[in-house]
Amino acid sequence: MTGIISYGAYIPYWRLQRSTLASALGSNGAKGARAVASFDEDTTSMGVEASRIALRGVSEKYSPQSLWFATAEPGYLDKTNANAIHAALSLDSSVNAFDCLGSVRSGIAAVHAAASGNSIAVLSDIRTGLPGGSDESMGGDGAAALCFGTENVIAEFISTGTATSEFVDRWRTPGDQASKQWEERFGEYAYAPLVEVAFNEALKKANLTAADVSHSIFSGLHTRAVKAAPKSCGINLDTLRDDFAATLGNSGTAHWGVMLANVLDTAQPNEVIAIVVLADGVNVILLRTTEALSAHQKQQDISLTVQAQIAAGRNDLSYAQFLTWRGFLHREPPRRPEPDRPAGPPSLRTAAWKYGLYGSRDESGFIYLPPARVSLQSGSIDKMEMVRMADIRATIATYTVDHLAFSMSPPVVAAVIDFDGGGRFQCELTDVDPASVKIGDRVEMSFRKLFTQDGIHNYFWKAKPVRTGLK
Amino acid sequence: MASHGIRDKVAIIGMGCTNFGEHWNKSTDDLLIDSSSAALASAGIALDDVDAFWLGTMGSGLSGLTLSRPLKIQHKPVTHVENYCATGSEAFRNACYAVASGAYDVVMAIGVEKLKDSGYSGLVVSAPASDGTQATVTAPASFSLLAPAYANKYGVDEAELKDVLTRIAWKNHRNGALNSRAQFKKEVSKETIAASPLIAGQLGIFDCSGVSDGSAAAIIVRVEDAHKYTDRPIYVKALSFVAGPAAGPIDPSYDYTTFDEVVHSANDAYKQAGITDPRAELAMAEVHDCFTPTELVLMEDLGFAERGTAWKEVLAGTYDLDGELPVNPDGGLKSFGHPIGASGLRMLFECWTQLRGEAGARQIPGVGQKDSVKTKALTHNLGGAPGACVSFVSVVGSELD
Repeated sequence: MTGIISYGAYIPYWRLQRSTLASALGSNGAKGARAVASFDEDTTSMGVEASRIALRGVSEKYSPQSLWFATAEPGYLDKTNANAIHAALSLDSSVNAFDCLGSVRSGIAAVHAAASGNSIAVLSDIRTGLPGGSDESMGGDGAAALCFGTENVIAEFISTGTATSEFVDRWRTPGDQASKQWEERFGEYAYAPLVEVAFNEALKKANLTAADVSHSIFSGLHTRAVKAAPKSCGINLDTLRDDFAATLGNSGTAHWGVMLANVLDTAQPNEVIAIVVLADGVNVILLRTTEALSAHQKQQDISLTVQAQIAAGRNDLSYAQFLTWRGFLHREPPRRPEPDRPAGPPSLRTAAWKYGLYGSRDESGFIYLPPARVSLQSGSIDKMEMVRMADIRATIATYTVDHLAFSMSPPVVAAVIDFDGGGRFQCELTDVDPASVKIGDRVEMSFRKLFTQDGIHNYFWKAKPVRTGLK
Repeated sequence: MASHGIRDKVAIIGMGCTNFGEHWNKSTDDLLIDSSSAALASAGIALDDVDAFWLGTMGSGLSGLTLSRPLKIQHKPVTHVENYCATGSEAFRNACYAVASGAYDVVMAIGVEKLKDSGYSGLVVSAPASDGTQATVTAPASFSLLAPAYANKYGVDEAELKDVLTRIAWKNHRNGALNSRAQFKKEVSKETIAASPLIAGQLGIFDCSGVSDGSAAAIIVRVEDAHKYTDRPIYVKALSFVAGPAAGPIDPSYDYTTFDEVVHSANDAYKQAGITDPRAELAMAEVHDCFTPTELVLMEDLGFAERGTAWKEVLAGTYDLDGELPVNPDGGLKSFGHPIGASGLRMLFECWTQLRGEAGARQIPGVGQKDSVKTKALTHNLGGAPGACVSFVSVVGSELD
């Protein structure tokens, strides 16, 4: 039977305290914090990070048919965003890459599509709103990836339920920075009957009752409707799992994926998980965990669990920085020329390097980053094999803090890093405190958006400190 | 590898150098006209007497037309060369070879850069279309990598190293204060230097060379013709130019405390010039002090100090104007300024001036006199970044060997 064989959630490093936000605007802030994608992240790059975590848990033989990417905040229109993820994961060209874009409900589509084959669903979102609004404070950024297959299934897909309805609750015109919402009580009214219909359909198909559910996940941008839903489903409220309202905020398209990852981090075998997503209708997915889940949990790097990533977050992001990163505050740039747009032809020629972080290794074992054709010592030409460096850790050989270089978030911290097993590379550090960097620090690679020029996102790799290094 | 050199085959018979600085009222054309006119006047010849031209500029123009158009050169060979910050030296080197080959009798090497029209602080270089994966660090950031690596390797603590770097900047400002052509013609206190705002790593604004406009030029002839033009020609003893595999940024064995390219070009130049003990034999040196740690490391790479000791020599004043081996007596890139294409020729201009005893207030004691013992001077010019650079070393002298 088809089901989830591995999963990963990616929580960005930065947190904006709602108290910080409130004091900046002179309002009464809610408690807790929201997760914030860094200035060099977008839904695509976070999707890569979640997928990398998920793919750590599958065997080398795993060969997905397709990669389905869902977000309400795509980097591109017209151009397929999933392709950059596909490239960063170094998937074979025979693997499809598709987008499901624009609405929060797209995440359900990606998972349905992925579940129907041995495919990967990647859900990612960056949520904000106009300064002072609840979307700004209660939103959150994050991504989740689910790998589907038929062998070593850790959670079987047992049934689904659906209720689709057209009504105006939340909307955003393409290009707008914030979405709008109808009077809240109307949405509550519109969602309520749909919840019951979809949930009961899923239970009926699975031949289960509400009492059989061990873990329930309710997700959607309409807070009141989501809050009311468990009761109308007849679910035991003890089965409600953390919605991260206090710690991360609501990550829209990705939110139920992040919640599911958190459940799977600690769930027992043979438990039923109910997922109820309220987004322009209601979709329900019922899963049952298997015996294989325990083994999966044991081999997992515990620094990559949702709880560990929440704990590793940095809590002192300023509101001004947050506004700058999200494009609401246009700040004086450094008096330096903006970078050139990455050019299409060289980016295609070097795709294995730019997206997959492949180097080349010569006969002597010397590793070249970027890949080279001529060996440094022997001078031999094209006696190289390609080697993927993205998942290898490295040590800082030397570094500098550059106050002059162009950046969305100066200063630039540049480091020379030496990979375990060979290979030296000079790159930017990210998610880092410039004052705390030291020679000898351990780093790992992270897929980022270096900058955007002429509408082209320059995706490439940076290094970031290993925070809860277990290996 | 054969590198025979052209020792005592060609000579400089005239030089010109504009003031370096923020020339808001002068164009690239103006600077070229001014330095070439000064060089021609210095040699006592007219533009028509020059058979061929080598123009060095990194970004202020393309092709020989950049020179021939403003000077109205009448159908003569004008070669444009570029080799990063060593561009001016490269123009000079190729011009010398043209004379040594016998192809021409009288040639001009001229360098120019107009940096202050860009509207940006620091150096701006346009790059070819790329995949966007190149590191985006600025020049000060690249060179700032030298400081912690040097301190770490030789056990110098951070504060002590800061004193060393500060003293280098202080010395070059002090020399520049005596130079009417320099961009910054004033002494700066060590306190001010040490407290200047950080640009990259440990480097403050006073650890960086001056961004400026300027031009310099030299007239070169065969040695046997030199005395037709001047009683005091300066003879070319050695010219060495090296480009390396740029492997520092990818090779874990590179430790950011040396420039391999400089070591190679210095050894080659010393061999060409017959120099065995540069510290003792040279009257002075103009070196590429783009940032203060660069000058520190160069003292070792050029053989002016044992490995790991240059920082002590700096503090002891070895390279001061009245020290054992004066380095950058004209103020260097730090204080004279660094208009890229002109800098290599500006260094030669100081050798020309000092070896002929014409340096006035900053004349090095015992140099440039009839009975001077030390009659050779060195220029060192590099381009690129630590681990991936091009390096040029020349030796010139006022006496034939």
